[in-house]
Amino acid sequence: MRQTRAIELGTGLFVLLGFSALFFLVTQITNREFGLGDGGYQLLAAFEQVGGLKAGAPVSMSGVTIGHVEGIEYDFDEYKARVTMRIDNRFDRIPDDSDAGIFTAGLLGGQYIGIGPGGSETFLAEGDQMQFTQSAIVLENLISKFLFSKAAEQQADPPAEESTP
Amino acid sequence: MLTSLTRELLQSLRTALEALGAYALFGARLVVELPRALLRFGLIVEQMHNAGALSLVIIMLSGLFVGMVLGLQGFDLLERFGSEESLGTAAALGLLKELGPVITALLFAGRAGTALASELGLMRATDQLAAMEMMAVDPVRRVVMPRFLGGVLSMPLLAAIFSMIGIFGAQLVGVQLMGVDSGQFWSQMRSAVEFGDVMEGVVKSCVFGVACSLIAVYEGYHSVPTAEGVGRATTRTVVISSVVVLLLDYMLTAVML
Repeated sequence: MRQTRAIELGTGLFVLLGFSALFFLVTQITNREFGLGDGGYQLLAAFEQVGGLKAGAPVSMSGVTIGHVEGIEYDFDEYKARVTMRIDNRFDRIPDDSDAGIFTAGLLGGQYIGIGPGGSETFLAEGDQMQFTQSAIVLENLISKFLFSKAAEQQADPPAEESTP
Repeated sequence: MLTSLTRELLQSLRTALEALGAYALFGARLVVELPRALLRFGLIVEQMHNAGALSLVIIMLSGLFVGMVLGLQGFDLLERFGSEESLGTAAALGLLKELGPVITALLFAGRAGTALASELGLMRATDQLAAMEMMAVDPVRRVVMPRFLGGVLSMPLLAAIFSMIGIFGAQLVGVQLMGVDSGQFWSQMRSAVEFGDVMEGVVKSCVFGVACSLIAVYEGYHSVPTAEGVGRATTRTVVISSVVVLLLDYMLTAVML
């Protein structure tokens, strides 16, 4: 009897460990948020273009991670992408005229939100929307702009060259 | 000369087909017994202890080292492209989708499969199975089924534990030793790994669990009742399980990718 109890206990522990490992993999490794009561306050920001920003990406100020992106939705009132961020409670003195921009970490790295502090005396609080935002830079747009400007230059040049001979 | 060669070839082909058929019939018999076997919960728990709980140490140790090697190799490779922040993503996807299920299945075949096969083989060799039949106890129902189910239920849990420990191993080497940024490591992993990736690993490990357990109980149950026969059954279990797991892995990856 005692032996079967020990076996049952061992098996129970094994099953518990197995399922907690599965739970860990699903909740902590993937970008699913199950809202396990993480503290902090929420900020909103509307961007023209979020590029490759994803939920779970870090929010940083001068390179210090102060929170993470909680969700990205499309807002049909403003026709912009609405990003919700959760900021840690320790960083509760962000001026309300701060600006938020989307940047890329390294050449191949993931995208993150960088907040540049403003000069206001009042601070952002739970549910506030950030006034100034700077969209993500889409590489294709940049390249096509560059190419078009080159093409425009060349179109402007040839007549000038032909007039010289 | 040539005719004898063809005859031998045909003979071996026939043996292989026969073995496949016998496996299918045995598997079908287990499926038929399934509802009744699920009621004998105590027996299954006992076998989960044998196949699962006792395999924990080897699974966790292997997972740790596989993860650490992955961290080291991944860092070395990704550093050349200046994107060592992606280490978390690479390690997590590699472990969840491939290494976790496959290495767990191989270790499972070596640790639990051999134990099952030799136990059943010895039962056969010492006429314990015949004695059960004599007492009107169906040995498939009483002995084989709980062992099979114990293995099937343990395998996905073991694979999940392996992957989790492996990710911590990769984090240990990548973040603590090599200095990858901890936030980037986790956040890039989180943004890149989807729920479907975790499920792919779970599906794979379930299939491997069925395959490994079936091979182990089949080989043990049908072993030649001699000392040599038991040894051969154990060897065959490991060899067949390993090949089948790798074969199935390719097929499952091709289907699910």
